[in-house]
Amino acid sequence: MKLLWYILAGIAGGIIGGMGMGGGTLLIPLLTLLLDIEQKHAQAINLIAFIPMAVVVSIINAKRKNLDYKSILKVVVPAIPMSVGLSFAVGKISSNVLSIIFAVFLTVLGIVMMISTLYKCTLAYMCKCKEEYSYND
Amino acid sequence: MKNQNDAEKVLKKIENLKFKGNDDIEKHDKKKILSKKTKFALTIILSAFVGALNGLFGGGGGMLVVPILTILCNLSEQKAHSSAILTILPLSITSGIVYLVRGDFVLSSGGWVSAGVILGGIIGTFVMKKLSNNTLAVIFYGVMIFAGISMLVTKL
Repeated sequence: MKLLWYILAGIAGGIIGGMGMGGGTLLIPLLTLLLDIEQKHAQAINLIAFIPMAVVVSIINAKRKNLDYKSILKVVVPAIPMSVGLSFAVGKISSNVLSIIFAVFLTVLGIVMMISTLYKCTLAYMCKCKEEYSYND
Repeated sequence: MKNQNDAEKVLKKIENLKFKGNDDIEKHDKKKILSKKTKFALTIILSAFVGALNGLFGGGGGMLVVPILTILCNLSEQKAHSSAILTILPLSITSGIVYLVRGDFVLSSGGWVSAGVILGGIIGTFVMKKLSNNTLAVIFYGVMIFAGISMLVTKL
């Protein structure tokens, strides 16, 4: 029975991840809160599970010509040493402390992203209204 | 049958033109606000931060890659979302190896979750084309805030 839940949690995280919205932010709390997996283990699952998914999705996106390799390289090069360094640092933090830091990060990021999306929506809506107004003239 | 195919091709071409047009307009608008040098410096600093998040939390960096790509690298929304996935891939490989060597990946649970993620990822790429992202995004961020708060409540 638990296997089914593992797969379902994976599918939920995968859909959000495949849309490029950050599946890990959903998958990790699903795994720790509902399935009682330790924070570090959930993070490891998220990292490893993302790899084959990203390969498949990137092949689809490359065929659609939806990738900009130059910009990707610009972000990847400075990010890699930091990610390796902090992956090592995680080994020295307890899972409980890590999950508290993660929870704070999740809440703050959620609020920031929510506000910025709503702001974008209102801007787009206002632009639309302006257009209609000018057409009526 | 042949005509239908031709019509589809033409439609695709028009779509591509539209996207290019949008890109140009966005480039033009955004160039005025920040100079090229500040953009480059910001890209490097924020990218290092993305790497840090990826290593520390095993995810969540992708969310910050999208604004970096749209605002600092002048990509369109859709292109940025797709490119963000490929950006996170090398980061996940390198930090994944560190986690794996330390023994944090448990195959009995992780293997099944991974299978689900692959399936979900493929569904996600096809859904991305059809759904309006904003409604979904607002719901998703709501879920994120809820998950964050309930995690704090249970762990503190």
